[in-house]
Amino acid sequence: MPTLTSSSVSVDAVMLESRAAALAKRSIKTSAKLEGITLAIRCIDLTTLEGKDSRGRVRSLCAKARNPRPGWPNVPSVAAVCVYPNLVPVAKEALRGTPVKVASVATAFPSGLSSLEVKLADTAAALASGADEIDMVIDRGAFLSGDEGSVFGEIAAVKQLCGSAAHLKVILETGELGTYDNIRRASDLALEAGADTIKTSTGKVGTNATFPTALVMCEAIRDFARRTGERRGLKVAGGVRTTKQALTYLVIVKETLGDAWLTPDRFRIGASALLDDLLMQLEKEETGHYAGTDYIPKD
Amino acid sequence: MAIFDYAPAPESVRPQIRDDYGLFIDGRWSPPASGAYFETVNPATETTLARIAYANDADVDRAVRAARKAYDKYWRKLKPADRAKYIYRIARAITERSRELAVLETMDGGKPIKESRDFDIPASAAHFFYNAGWADKLEWIMRAGREPQSLGVCGQIVPWNFPLLMAAWKLAPALACGNTVVLKPAETTPLTALALAQIIEEADLPPGVVNVVTGDGTTGAALVEHPDVDKIAFTGSTEVGKMIARRLGGSDKRLTLELGGKAAHIVFADAPMDQAIEGVVNGIYFNQGHVCCAGSRLLVEERVHDEIVVRLTERLQTLRLGDPLDKNTDIGAINSRAQLEKIEELVRSGVEQGATLVQQQCDLPSRGFFFPASFFSNVHQSHRIAREEIFGPVLSILTFRTPDEAVEKANNTPYGLSAGVWTEKGSKNMWVAQRLRAGVVWCNTFNQFDPSSPFGGYRESGFGREGGVHGLFEYLAH
Repeated sequence: MPTLTSSSVSVDAVMLESRAAALAKRSIKTSAKLEGITLAIRCIDLTTLEGKDSRGRVRSLCAKARNPRPGWPNVPSVAAVCVYPNLVPVAKEALRGTPVKVASVATAFPSGLSSLEVKLADTAAALASGADEIDMVIDRGAFLSGDEGSVFGEIAAVKQLCGSAAHLKVILETGELGTYDNIRRASDLALEAGADTIKTSTGKVGTNATFPTALVMCEAIRDFARRTGERRGLKVAGGVRTTKQALTYLVIVKETLGDAWLTPDRFRIGASALLDDLLMQLEKEETGHYAGTDYIPKD
Repeated sequence: MAIFDYAPAPESVRPQIRDDYGLFIDGRWSPPASGAYFETVNPATETTLARIAYANDADVDRAVRAARKAYDKYWRKLKPADRAKYIYRIARAITERSRELAVLETMDGGKPIKESRDFDIPASAAHFFYNAGWADKLEWIMRAGREPQSLGVCGQIVPWNFPLLMAAWKLAPALACGNTVVLKPAETTPLTALALAQIIEEADLPPGVVNVVTGDGTTGAALVEHPDVDKIAFTGSTEVGKMIARRLGGSDKRLTLELGGKAAHIVFADAPMDQAIEGVVNGIYFNQGHVCCAGSRLLVEERVHDEIVVRLTERLQTLRLGDPLDKNTDIGAINSRAQLEKIEELVRSGVEQGATLVQQQCDLPSRGFFFPASFFSNVHQSHRIAREEIFGPVLSILTFRTPDEAVEKANNTPYGLSAGVWTEKGSKNMWVAQRLRAGVVWCNTFNQFDPSSPFGGYRESGFGREGGVHGLFEYLAH
């Protein structure tokens, strides 16, 4: 069983934000922009997490995930499709024979306020339906009330259930944690408990992924790699809509963690609308002009 | 193979640069009495940018007389609110031409475009805006019953590390307080001061209120020794500052000096470590370390020394050295060949005295003056690199065990311009800050500037303050 270390390094908000702002000013042009856009597409977890999600909706999304821009052979498929557990079988079926993975949110997403038994059952159901990846949420209430042991224990238990076959992403819901110190602490805790990837947000609260949040989480991942030699992943999610944002996240990962993290194995962007903007910017880079929005498949 | 390598992103604007620049005296451009010109070069390419008039004694005398005439006839009598209008006009023009000025600053001085764009030029405009606001409110900063009185003609000599910004720091409060000015920019970086002269010309300032004389140390000496100058404000090396102070001894000229530094940057074990590393990087590699307040002596608590060396070594490799006009460049060109040779000489001494050198691993451009981001560990107080100002991208790391020892080592220098402290414990931060003999102490940050905040040194870092109300006092009789 993994164990929890007693403290985390502290984070100075002013300097963290100024470093993130400096990284956001990197100028990504021409060949770098083209490469960045393609890389960003490869790292997308194309997501639909709405109460009205249906089989038809998920099938459409899967079609777009495997081939985002028909007729453009250079456009890769995305990394995964992310859905609620009930829809995992539909996605699995639609993506059969493709490299696109199926990720499922679990553990009483998005609040995480159920018993461990329910969370484990939720996870087990998603796995049994064929989910390749589990996006679990932590119990923020427990974390904020100081019960780190219970948060740690839940992550470790879910990881045990996932085993080595399924990839576990742990959602910290950074928008609810209040301080960068808390985000750093939750990151360390999740990594030590066995998270394969730490993820910013559910997309269901007011504040989702931000540049400073991604930076502080990268620092936790980098320090974990330095301590243990293990390279864990980062997923930013919620509010990532533009190519400029996506490229900035790639810059933050590149300059904090290094090129070894610029792969869908270690970096993901959870998004839905982002893909359309990436496709539009890609076409602009390749042809020199913007296509109308109706040239981009809407799904 | 590297993934997602940044493609070149050069700034595309090209400022207009004349082939020759005369002297800006009495509102007109005129050739120098000396007939002599010198060249200003782009340190990143070693190509000549323009020929610059060399002002001799006669030219300086002409400039001082123009400033005196403008002071007596016009500027001292002008309503303060009207002075403010002129200064606001200069501020607005700098803002409007900021992109062009940023490129010019980078071409002439070698600093990365992101710094001239995001710091030098906006901060220059901010100083004019701030001081313009004070021009008609000076009575509020005087003691009861005292009227604000200007001094007269000010001779201002500025350095090459922040050419336009240093000119702004000096000109804006002098003008706001009702003085007239003869400005001498540095020999290697005159172009933005000359562009500022053009702005002042277009802003329609009365002739002679601001005069710009270009040249070297001899020109500066002529200005310092001119009998009709009421005040000298100098920013530059401690060596020249001492020379000026000796020459002015016994005269009734006022003097402010902003000189060198060897700032202690103290990092305790309980610091927010990632941000402290960023602070250290910003503290020493900002503007290639050509910063008088650079955090060039890193004092780290011994128990985190090894960790900091590892983190800093890694961080150095992500700094991007190269074409200063590329928007992604972090480390630009060293300002001049002479400065590069000085840095190389001091780095050799560090190696010879037994310190351990770590450098950023990168190819230096084949042309131009470049030096990789570097630091020394195993540095001791007796080493030259721990005592002398290197004025380059070279950091010296020393260790301490207790807060007392940190303070003792930090103050063990003839300088006292700035210092930095990193610890998450507020009480310790304040305890240390109170005991540091330095004009500015930054707590959990570094290199923060604002027009409203005074800046200046203790001991051999000079005297007098620039910025804020304190900076205005230096240009008022009180």
